[in-house]
Amino acid sequence: MWEYTDKLKDHFFNPRNVGEIEDPDGIGEVGSLACGDALKLMFKLDENGKIKDAKFKTFGCASAIATSSVLTEMIKDLTLDEAAKITNKDIADYLGGLPEQKMHCSVMGREALEAAIENYQSGGKKKRELEGNVICTCFGVTDKEIERVIRENNLTTVEEVTNYCKAGGGCGGCQAEIEKMIEKIQPDEIKQAPVTVARRAGKLTNIQKIQLIQQTVNEQIRPALRAHGGNIELIDVEGNKVVVAFRGMCAQCRLAELTMKDVVEAKLREFVSEELFVEEDKESAQQPHNHRE
Amino acid sequence: MRTIYFDNNATTKVAEQVLEEMRPLFCELYGNPSSMHTFGGQMGRRIRQAREQVADLLGCEPSEIIFTSGGTESDNTAIKGTLAAMPHRRKIITTRVEHPAVLTVCREFENQGYTVVELAVDKQGRLDLAQLAEQIDDDTALVTIMYANNETGVIFPIDKIAELVTDRGVIFHTDAVQVVGKIPLNLSKSNIDLLSLSGHKLHGPKGVGVLYVRKGTRLSPFMLGGHQEAGRRAGTENVPGIVGLGKACELAAKNIEQENSKVKNLRDKLERALLEKCPDSRLNGDKENRLPNTTNISFEYIEGEAILLMLDKYGICASSGSACTSGSLEPSHVLRAMGVPFTAAHGSIRFSLSRYNTEEQVDYTIEKTPQIVNQLRKLSPFVAK
Repeated sequence: MWEYTDKLKDHFFNPRNVGEIEDPDGIGEVGSLACGDALKLMFKLDENGKIKDAKFKTFGCASAIATSSVLTEMIKDLTLDEAAKITNKDIADYLGGLPEQKMHCSVMGREALEAAIENYQSGGKKKRELEGNVICTCFGVTDKEIERVIRENNLTTVEEVTNYCKAGGGCGGCQAEIEKMIEKIQPDEIKQAPVTVARRAGKLTNIQKIQLIQQTVNEQIRPALRAHGGNIELIDVEGNKVVVAFRGMCAQCRLAELTMKDVVEAKLREFVSEELFVEEDKESAQQPHNHRE
Repeated sequence: MRTIYFDNNATTKVAEQVLEEMRPLFCELYGNPSSMHTFGGQMGRRIRQAREQVADLLGCEPSEIIFTSGGTESDNTAIKGTLAAMPHRRKIITTRVEHPAVLTVCREFENQGYTVVELAVDKQGRLDLAQLAEQIDDDTALVTIMYANNETGVIFPIDKIAELVTDRGVIFHTDAVQVVGKIPLNLSKSNIDLLSLSGHKLHGPKGVGVLYVRKGTRLSPFMLGGHQEAGRRAGTENVPGIVGLGKACELAAKNIEQENSKVKNLRDKLERALLEKCPDSRLNGDKENRLPNTTNISFEYIEGEAILLMLDKYGICASSGSACTSGSLEPSHVLRAMGVPFTAAHGSIRFSLSRYNTEEQVDYTIEKTPQIVNQLRKLSPFVAK
């Protein structure tokens, strides 16, 4: 069971400002049924350009509904310039905090507000468009959006990014890319973050090398492939040549755009030895070995 | 506030009679069955009795019963113990809808170089036995397939599957934690080699379970140490738990008719009313072959966690396959394997009943649930006014 604050529960059980405004000045719609949450936010301005009325409709869990409800309260009587300054952290703080895994609800609130303001500024024409390049194809999250949650919330791990904007929480194929983004944006923070995988040091015996290769395949490579419905098998190790076979890869996956071989090679070089190179065993890949779709 | 407990596939109330049996075993009769003195030694008789009670319910010999710490340990022991006993075979066959206590163990073996085949299910959650038959080969060490699914209640034709598998000389294990006490079993007439059950799913205590091992089945022990359970499971016996489980099995044997008539009628009434009163709702799973106590319904356009919290306000306990309840972002692996669309999976609710539920509780839930669904749909941007 989630630890929700009393304020959040109050806004979930008694949501304020539910519904739609006739002839609104701005509408913002974010999320989708497939993603598991979606928010439609509308506002009406008074003659002084302040938000006179705001209403919402939300599909999602308790925190998504409560977040939408407080957002409509927070923006009332604000000018659009003032409203545009609201961050996802402000929304979460207003609720007395959100569970880490639910932070994406506050980000959805802020996104809907932004979309509604843009919609107003474009004279009611503009619908929200994705800015930047889509990194997470499962949840349709762009690099711009990821960068923003990293900066605004001072995030240092992929897991946190997933909690805040869902990116990386589906198939997991974009996690490596998110990690790179964190490293680029937060170079100082990342150094202080604990290193979870101990890198090998010193010279390895052949047996140690093969074990470490198997371990790296198991822990670093297979989970990402499996999330795509694919798999990898370690066939053989001859000197520095590592022979692997790929099974049932998902064609749409982000990783597939890079050559699989390069990804595996990079991981093995990172965790085992710089001298390793990878060869794909095409022959055994022809055999339908594993029936996981 | 009163509690209406419709989450019996998660855990169940301990029957009063079970608690009564267990009560003296903490402060009065607390001896160790392995001790030489009468005070401890007399506990051996209590364990023997419990073993007989379990065997009676399962229709097997008492010597085929190993007591464990629960369903997860039984599953681990069955899979790891079988593979260790035949190291030359390197393939495991299971399904995509197994409980994590099986699926995670199999995937760990895949990391160790085993081939793991996860059989698909159709839209009703049913297996294709031809596909299973095709997958069994000389390298196959074990087939492990659950008896009934914890989320949807769908029952697999386990006797048929066991026959098919064992005819090919392969060991067959089934995770039956959701089945024991709900539908009658007779293992002496079945080809099942290994079967897991858990005490707390049939009104027994938590922390105790059973692995049934057919006589002659080769199994390496998982827990090493003392000589308990004939050397097949080391560790001082959880005497109160074992005695409680024995009593729970005895009660289950008596109540199994009631389970199949009274509980099923209540479930059917609840299910029919909810599907009728809530537009855009759908049943998940095979309506024909299902546990008598389980129903899994998707309410479109709304989200499961929100429904659960609203139900909770009325004291109604249920569970959901929605992503938000688990902390992951993806909905239930079972519903996804069945091809239930994401939109419906997010709004899925499981009600699982027991013999302690009443018609009045069902009526109250039938009254409240459609209100909750309507209330949440009023909030949903996907529902037109």
